[in-house]
Amino acid sequence: MTAARALRQPVIRGARFYLAHAPGLVPHGSKPSRDIAADAGVEASIRAALRPWEAARDYAPNQVLIGARHPDSLWDLPRPWFRSSPPGDRRGPHGEIAPEEELYGLLKIGDQFDLVQLEAEFAEAAREALAAHPLVTKSDVEALGAGVPAAAIDQRLAGPAPAAPLHLRSGRRIGSIAAAHELDQTLAADVLLENLAAKVTAAMALRALLAGEGIDPGSVDYVIGSGEEAVGDRYQRGGGNLAKAVAEQAGCAGATGVDVKGFCCGPVHALAIAGSLVAAGVFSRVAVVGGCALAKLGMKYQGHLRQGQPILEDTLVGMALLVEADDGRSPRLRLDAIGRHTVAVASSQKAIFEALVRDPLRSLGWAFRDVDKYATELHNPELTEPSGSGDVPQLNYKVIAGLAALAKEIAPADVPGFARAHGLPGFSPTQGHIASAAPFLAHALDGLRSGRYRRTLFLAKGSLFLGRMTQMADGVSMIVERNDQDGR
Amino acid sequence: MLKGKKVIALGERDGIQAGAIAACARAAGAEVILEKTYCFV
Repeated sequence: MTAARALRQPVIRGARFYLAHAPGLVPHGSKPSRDIAADAGVEASIRAALRPWEAARDYAPNQVLIGARHPDSLWDLPRPWFRSSPPGDRRGPHGEIAPEEELYGLLKIGDQFDLVQLEAEFAEAAREALAAHPLVTKSDVEALGAGVPAAAIDQRLAGPAPAAPLHLRSGRRIGSIAAAHELDQTLAADVLLENLAAKVTAAMALRALLAGEGIDPGSVDYVIGSGEEAVGDRYQRGGGNLAKAVAEQAGCAGATGVDVKGFCCGPVHALAIAGSLVAAGVFSRVAVVGGCALAKLGMKYQGHLRQGQPILEDTLVGMALLVEADDGRSPRLRLDAIGRHTVAVASSQKAIFEALVRDPLRSLGWAFRDVDKYATELHNPELTEPSGSGDVPQLNYKVIAGLAALAKEIAPADVPGFARAHGLPGFSPTQGHIASAAPFLAHALDGLRSGRYRRTLFLAKGSLFLGRMTQMADGVSMIVERNDQDGR
Repeated sequence: MLKGKKVIALGERDGIQAGAIAACARAAGAEVILEKTYCFV
């Protein structure tokens, strides 16, 4: 008989984000591609409204995501941010934003099935750019290859097998991606493009995380993929596993992994699972990764064009988070107070937020004000408001503040002040699972380590009804707190 | 109040979801003939 082993306290050691400016791929987004198929003239309107690389790099919300500025700094930055953003750096403490040329090179590097063709001259330029990248290896550069003549791309695009062209923002065609099967819609060129982009953006975030924390990639035990992309073929749509592909691409030779699906709340579910695996001693070092959501590029482009603003949904984001056993320093993940939107919870916002915020706080004997910052849906309002979708984060913060008022912790007149003090301005690209709470995690870790924060709460919601199997949504929340005894 | 009326409940995930609208409409005597929630992000 073995002695019972005590549960270990899980902590979140680090978080990193990899942003890729992808204006040339905006026409491949789901909404733009459908509209272009219906009216070819739409493509020219879209291409004319795409931002140059420097504008995407400098864009203050992107600078927040890579850690170069704090989210709260956006409160006082005049809107529109696409006009008021000061010059920014490509790299920040939480990650980087890369130009599209590097992204295309990474797509080729991550492609093990010769799906991606790059034109020779472009491949040479991409190789030069990536060879200087600190996270790109020599074998990566070799995998990029020498490219092919333009005539070979012409030939592939002419058929008979289906393929899609790849363009830069300028309109220059630099390559193609082929379908892996002539009839299987789950292996169509655009589906594979989405999945490959998800793989390489997540892998770059994971590489950045491990390099930044000084961790040997071989020491990662388990990788959990938390993104929304459906990897599989016609016999098992979405049944595949992107996590292990990301682990391989990031050099995590000692890891296996699995995908956890939950639409936008996949990452917070995955963090709860990662923490549980660490607590139980099944694995010691678990990475939670999420690749980009290419289908959402240009999702609200019509509103942006109507407002005469650039199309701001032009950036892909991958993320990586690392969960380990207590090291005495890293912020703790509270497994004893996971908020859950169960089947029985009604669908009103009040009921959902009671389940995800009030109930876990009550179980710990805490008040709403005891949480310094709540991270919820963090979509950048500059992307959503032009299409009439409103300021999604502030909708959510008003409900949390409203519950604090109902609990008589604050006066009703203090709802806006509470929402601002304990909430955040939206700064995330509309990248599905990426935008739900997780973008604040790296800032939260900084603040919980520095003493700026004592407790933070991460709340994510998933639109299960989109799959037409239930009318329900889902949600899950988790508290991350400073690593000291008085945090209990 | 809605007795004898037919209701289409269109909801939003981060606003009022269709299930909540439908529950209110049914409580007010309506027949809910369609309920659908959308996600705009």
